[in-house]
Amino acid sequence: MLRCDSGNERYGALEGKRVHTEILVIGGGLIGCAVARELSRLAVDITLIERTEDVAEGASKANSGIVHAGFDAKPGSLKAKYNVEGNRRFAAYCQEVHAPYVPSGAMVLAFDQEQRQHLESLLSQGIQNGVEGLRIIENAEILALEPNTNPAVQCALLAPSSGLASPYELTCALADHAAVNGVRFLFDTQAIRLQKRENGFLVTTNHGEITATILVNCAGLFSAELHNQISTHKLSIMPRKGEYYLLDHEEKPVFSRTMFQTPTKMGKGVLVSPTGHKTMLLGPTAQQVEDALDVATTAEALASIREKAAMTWPHMSLRTNITTFAGIRAHEAGDDFIVGATMDAPGAYEAIGIESPGLTAAPAIANALYTQIAQEHSYACKQAWKPAPDLPKAFSAMNLEERAQAYARDPAYGNIVCRCEQVTEAEIRSAIHRPVGARHVDGIKRRTRAGMGRCQGGFCSPRVMEILAEELQIPMLEITKFGGQSRMLTDSLNPSIKEDKGHV
Amino acid sequence: MCDAVSPQKVDVLIIGAGPAGLAAAIAAKEAGAESLLVLEREDEMGGILRQCIHNGFGLHRFKVELTGPEYAQRDVLRVHELGIDVRCGVTVLDVTSDRLVTAISKQAGLTRYQAGAVILAMGCRERPRGALAIPGTRCAGIFSAGTAQKFINLEGYMPGKKVVILGSGDIGLIMARRMTLQGATVLACVEIMPYSSGLNRNIVQCLHDYDIPLLLSHTVVDIHGRERLTGVTIAQVDHQRQPITGTETYVECDTLLLSVGLIPENELSKKADVPMNQATQGAVVDDSLQTDVPGIFACGNVLHVHDLVDFVSAESFKAGKAAAAYARGERRKGKMIRVLDGEGVRGATPQRIGLPQTDDEPEPIQVLFRPACVYENAVVRVLDGQKEIHRVKRRILAPGEMADLTLSPKLLGALSGQDITIHIDASEGVCAWNS
Repeated sequence: MLRCDSGNERYGALEGKRVHTEILVIGGGLIGCAVARELSRLAVDITLIERTEDVAEGASKANSGIVHAGFDAKPGSLKAKYNVEGNRRFAAYCQEVHAPYVPSGAMVLAFDQEQRQHLESLLSQGIQNGVEGLRIIENAEILALEPNTNPAVQCALLAPSSGLASPYELTCALADHAAVNGVRFLFDTQAIRLQKRENGFLVTTNHGEITATILVNCAGLFSAELHNQISTHKLSIMPRKGEYYLLDHEEKPVFSRTMFQTPTKMGKGVLVSPTGHKTMLLGPTAQQVEDALDVATTAEALASIREKAAMTWPHMSLRTNITTFAGIRAHEAGDDFIVGATMDAPGAYEAIGIESPGLTAAPAIANALYTQIAQEHSYACKQAWKPAPDLPKAFSAMNLEERAQAYARDPAYGNIVCRCEQVTEAEIRSAIHRPVGARHVDGIKRRTRAGMGRCQGGFCSPRVMEILAEELQIPMLEITKFGGQSRMLTDSLNPSIKEDKGHV
Repeated sequence: MCDAVSPQKVDVLIIGAGPAGLAAAIAAKEAGAESLLVLEREDEMGGILRQCIHNGFGLHRFKVELTGPEYAQRDVLRVHELGIDVRCGVTVLDVTSDRLVTAISKQAGLTRYQAGAVILAMGCRERPRGALAIPGTRCAGIFSAGTAQKFINLEGYMPGKKVVILGSGDIGLIMARRMTLQGATVLACVEIMPYSSGLNRNIVQCLHDYDIPLLLSHTVVDIHGRERLTGVTIAQVDHQRQPITGTETYVECDTLLLSVGLIPENELSKKADVPMNQATQGAVVDDSLQTDVPGIFACGNVLHVHDLVDFVSAESFKAGKAAAAYARGERRKGKMIRVLDGEGVRGATPQRIGLPQTDDEPEPIQVLFRPACVYENAVVRVLDGQKEIHRVKRRILAPGEMADLTLSPKLLGALSGQDITIHIDASEGVCAWNS
């Protein structure tokens, strides 16, 4: 059996070996980490495998980050159930693992009579789903609450229970919490083949084999593929790309709520929303794509965001745009979440088709799977489930006194590495040493915001790379942007480094 | 609250020890500022000059051709001679409009200063890919030209081997040569405009001399590569700068360098409520480089992006001298008039000039601006209200080279008190581009 006291053992740890774990979670996205964190309450051996070299590398790092109120989903659907339940738990959930959450509220705008009717049906749908505080407001109230809204707006559905989360920070925090409670993380480990065995499953990965009594499939875009290998009830993921613009934070935010437009068949449409970090998000688009890993942005989609966002925000300015990006959502053909035991594969569980409102639903989905697995297998709980590791307040959010105290604790707080987001050397070093720590430049960015700002790492990336090289004791040339072959540098100009790659 | 956080008094506090901050410090000291403090976030003085190891600096100021570090060293030596207190590794976190400055460093922790005058000399930063919203993947291998320059010249690493450069700003041109000299293949320098935004001498010495093609009216329309960059798609653009369908070419490369413009780094200025100029993206200043917030001055690339460091130094000397005077309690008297951008003129600086007092011997005032397009045989006109008071002919004017105009003491003495406007008369020239 695998030892699980080391928190996380990485990279090819399985090479050529066959190991056993009691519960194997497949996928280190938000759902996989949330499920692993919940399951870590149990006194059993748990392993999480992730295809890439960090958590939150798929849809979890590139979505709107909205905690939806729950009026969109059809009453009776799992999307509706878990959305509303997740929304109720969300603030406390984030607090438990020290992830940011901002209760902001949202509006859905209607510009004509037809859209008003649509809002009315959303309102009654929301009430049916159990969403609280919903009401339709008229033009004057909209403009009083959000003065930068297009004055041509007729009415809006106001949803006070909507909020802003940081999906990748939440995922990292959940992974840390799972790790301190013994969950073992294996990165660069992709499930290739699942086979049913007498008392569980045999999972073939790119690095070796794992046998597990319980399997939890949280493989996002690849979840249906894996499901189909062990179930006769076939599923199909249709990858859907969503592209975004991200604008820099300004002294005064343009909108304080998430501003939706009346939804269409393809999704909730283009939103204009503040983020929990006071930057602003415009998007997403929704395009069906063939390739589940195709996160390239396209000129057409970006143009369509500009056009649609201007409907909400007529004085739209992209002058402060800092990046554009795309994420792929795991849309399942049946158009609902699939959560629970895998049909005709006893011992296998799954969370499939977790697209929007997947972030909101995550606490509820994780809880449902945990409860079901614990009950069906009569696992006992750990005597002491450790609380989530403390995550010190970000330097950028500290007041003067807190900054002085932080410096007194660790002088590395005095060295500002990322000037745009005011991230200190102390925070970058500690991001590497978190239970599931950063291993590359993007990992640092997601955990600390270094490189997330207006210069996009132009100034700080050389310094961030040096710190990574120092802390991980690897040569600069091996530092990647996000693992694999995403190396930042190609050669050293210092011949002694070239010849002796083992030392820096 | 700990002692470190109670503010210390200084006469003149300068933020940044790049060429602007150093020149301002020297001038302020020479003008008699008693307590003077320069705060620099990097570990050494010199700013961006430290990584500009090519030559071509100092021709105007020193009449010799120096490398960036050599140019900086001359100011650094003078700063030492004058005994100016420069603290490196110190990041300024906040500046208020009443000149309370908060900084932090690894050595000293939090420090606060109440300054008699503050000089903003933080320089500028490069526009990142996001500012252009270039479609494609977000793989490794895309750098701003200055970051690549830092990797090569200061850190000793090559960021790539097969390079395409987008934008023909000076740093991009310099990096085309630099990467070539270090053994990389630079496939092309791609510029969306029909002219380069870099200095002509750089186009000749960095591209032509190495047979690197400059593709004008072209841009990068797609970026390929899942992990590391594998190629870019280049296309020709039309007169509205829109890609022309059918002209796309795939270029295999592992590195894309961006040299697509510089932005004055005014986050601190905004914290101090310093009003900004839309065209320069720097502060609004008068002819003494004072911003609209009394006692706060700005100079160098944080004020407006210069082409030549020599002009940064010249501007910063003025700011240093004026800040020292302000800290001594001297205040400007008399009416200020505005300098406005007319046709073909972008970001005329200073934006305000003081009308000479009767007892003054007025000094000439230099106004700097960027032409909006390329003009040949143009006439630059100065209007006092509606009335033309001055005109000069210029054989060539281009956005890539900052233009200047000197208002003589005689001209200043005769001003009516209305705002003045600078125009480029294009009817006698050729406007190559209507932007």
